[in-house]
Amino acid sequence: MEKISHPNQLLEWKSDVIANRPPYVKTIVISSGTCGQASGSLPVIEALEQELLKRNLKNKFEVKITGCHGFCEMEPNLIIYPDGIFYKKLKPKDVPKIVEETLLNNKIIPSLVFEEARTKERIYEQEEIPFYKKQKRLLTENNFKIDPTKIEDYVALDGYQALSKVLFNMTSEEVIEDIISSGLRGRGGAGFPAGKKWEICYREESQEKYIICNADEGDPGAYMDRSLLEGNPHSVIEGMTIGAYAIGASEGFIYVRGEYPLAVRHVTNAINQAREKGFLGTSIMGSEFQFDIQVIEGAGAFVSGEETSLMASIEGRRAFPRQRPPYPAQKGLWDKPTNINNVETWANIAPIIRNGAEWYAGIGTKGSKGTKIFSLVGKINNTGLVEVPMGITLKEIIYDIGGGIKDNKKFKAVQTGGPSGGCIPAEKLNLPIDYDTLAKAGSIMGSGGMIVMDESTCMVDIAKYFLTFTQEESCGKCVPCRIGTRQLFEILNRITQGRGEEGDIKKLKSLAKTVSSGSLCALGQTAPNPILTTLKYFLEEYEIHIKEKSCPALVCKDLIIYYIEPKKCVGCLLCLKSCPVDAISGERKKLHVIDHDLCIKCGACLEVCPPKVSAVSKYTGTKKEKLMKKTSPKRVKK
Amino acid sequence: MNNEKLEKIIDSSRTDQKELIHILHDVQSEYGYIPPEAVTAISRRLKVSESEIFGVLTFYNAFSLTPKGEHVMTVCMGTACHVRGGPQIVEDIERKLDVKVGETTADNKFTLETVNCIGCCAIGPVVVVDEKYYSNITLNKIDPIINEYKEDKS
Repeated sequence: MEKISHPNQLLEWKSDVIANRPPYVKTIVISSGTCGQASGSLPVIEALEQELLKRNLKNKFEVKITGCHGFCEMEPNLIIYPDGIFYKKLKPKDVPKIVEETLLNNKIIPSLVFEEARTKERIYEQEEIPFYKKQKRLLTENNFKIDPTKIEDYVALDGYQALSKVLFNMTSEEVIEDIISSGLRGRGGAGFPAGKKWEICYREESQEKYIICNADEGDPGAYMDRSLLEGNPHSVIEGMTIGAYAIGASEGFIYVRGEYPLAVRHVTNAINQAREKGFLGTSIMGSEFQFDIQVIEGAGAFVSGEETSLMASIEGRRAFPRQRPPYPAQKGLWDKPTNINNVETWANIAPIIRNGAEWYAGIGTKGSKGTKIFSLVGKINNTGLVEVPMGITLKEIIYDIGGGIKDNKKFKAVQTGGPSGGCIPAEKLNLPIDYDTLAKAGSIMGSGGMIVMDESTCMVDIAKYFLTFTQEESCGKCVPCRIGTRQLFEILNRITQGRGEEGDIKKLKSLAKTVSSGSLCALGQTAPNPILTTLKYFLEEYEIHIKEKSCPALVCKDLIIYYIEPKKCVGCLLCLKSCPVDAISGERKKLHVIDHDLCIKCGACLEVCPPKVSAVSKYTGTKKEKLMKKTSPKRVKK
Repeated sequence: MNNEKLEKIIDSSRTDQKELIHILHDVQSEYGYIPPEAVTAISRRLKVSESEIFGVLTFYNAFSLTPKGEHVMTVCMGTACHVRGGPQIVEDIERKLDVKVGETTADNKFTLETVNCIGCCAIGPVVVVDEKYYSNITLNKIDPIINEYKEDKS
């Protein structure tokens, strides 16, 4: 491959790529990120290739394999252009029909079309599906159009033109000024203005400076960075290179979680392509600027997502955080000025430079500009990655885009910001989402995880879940974090086991204060947030656990029983056979009974009981006590 | 232990501490664990004490000091998987394989592990065996997955 050594060559290359495209009749775009592959996209792709080959249609129809389309619930899915027909949840056996009817005869196959869960309306056009319609996909839209293994696809969409613009038409100061006035804030969690950070690093005098892309996306429930790296890796590389030019760095690192093998592969491949084409390396695009990027694979420690820990990890040490200041922008990697931003922040840079800071600042709210990608997951109908303008309300995200709560249950809360964030209750549904409103509500934006919970989610259990997580992931450097998170977990564990005591809530609150004020890094400082927000909005639920030893959401194992309703049981033996500990007795067509002494509450009986029978229920509190007496083994034997 | 392979991993170009985690990744993927001999050899090459290397390798979840089973079964414990029943899935697999998380079955077929989040939150609960992903796992999907690998003679 020939290197690009002049801005005009890039424009020529772009025109060539577009002009040389074979005259396909239709393009079939199949999403095949990690989610897609996990749901079976690869056999569908294989079947499609085979079918086209068999019918000698390969020159008429293009198959484009892309990263994540965001609508993970409907994976594996495909879109047929130019009409934009969206087919969902595909199996290899659907392929011949798609080729015959839709590709060759322009007929839509109703059974593969998306159906809105609440209204039952069938919508065949991708853009018209409510999940996509209300989004503003500045960064994720290109995931539809780009084969992430092909640099040509990125170049055809004006890729590397922002880099060309800064290298040949802008000074470092002008680039930084653009990023500052765009209002872009770091997408990794704290929301520090990105341009300001660059400016601090730029002003530091040093022979060596470094650029880091934080792709150690450890927040459980967030995966937008994976999706960007898998689906559009060049956008991150271009952003980083612009950042390097602005602050004067010549070396960069992308620190990716080892748990994201596909992202590692795609970004490594993209870096090699960028080098071959002269977008990385010495004399980039013929200018005097040089910069290169290395991929570092993380080794599985949540704390290494914290910037100072991440740098320790790159240096080959344990990922321990350290005191700030000095900030990385002053003293970072190997004590040199280092600018660290996360994947989504880097992906925003090229569009800002291309379209101008004013354009970007026109999107969003007063204090938070642009769009944010959220991972909308949990008990919601349309799960997936959604990109929305800042300032959209929770209600719009959950009901208009997300299609409401699964199985028509009642919305209870949404958890944002991962283990550092908190739970926002139903009464705050009209909250416009940005950095500042979320903080005011007691949570944080974090990296953008949004886990929706319904009435069957126990808030004490959720707090316990996050503390299980943080106490395991605490690096151990600060005692309040190491021991405090453990103690917080122990108290919550006791409460969920029915051993809660009066005074526990006070203890939780006071210990939470100690942990957050006595820890060096954000992991410890924010670890109590899940407890504090659930206490703030769901205090009653804690009190019921402690005083009545019952779990209203029917989640905490020690506080519930499984019970077979005598009036509903048809004696089909299904639950009896599924029970791993033989705790269910009964005969065909006779009532089945659970022995509560043997039952381990695994839930297998509830899962296998046919929906139209639904004889297995869960009970807690006084009803539970009553039923336990009624069905004690002695009584049953009689 | 094959020393030639180890020599290749710790080749002479890798002499700086910044190479430590990369080298450990390579050793882990070559041997399935970090053998004590490798620690000694890395220590000599990088001039980093064995105790520090031990500190680093036990800090990160990706490295283990004991060999793993033929197949590594990983259950995602992310928030989205948690609210959709992830904990039940782990308990059930523990029962069926008769191991606790982190352990390897007696026949050396499976090592059971958990991961904080693999970023497939929309299709949880998720189980990964080696590099194959299984989505929307329910209790009755577990037996077929285990059997798929039990019968596999490779």
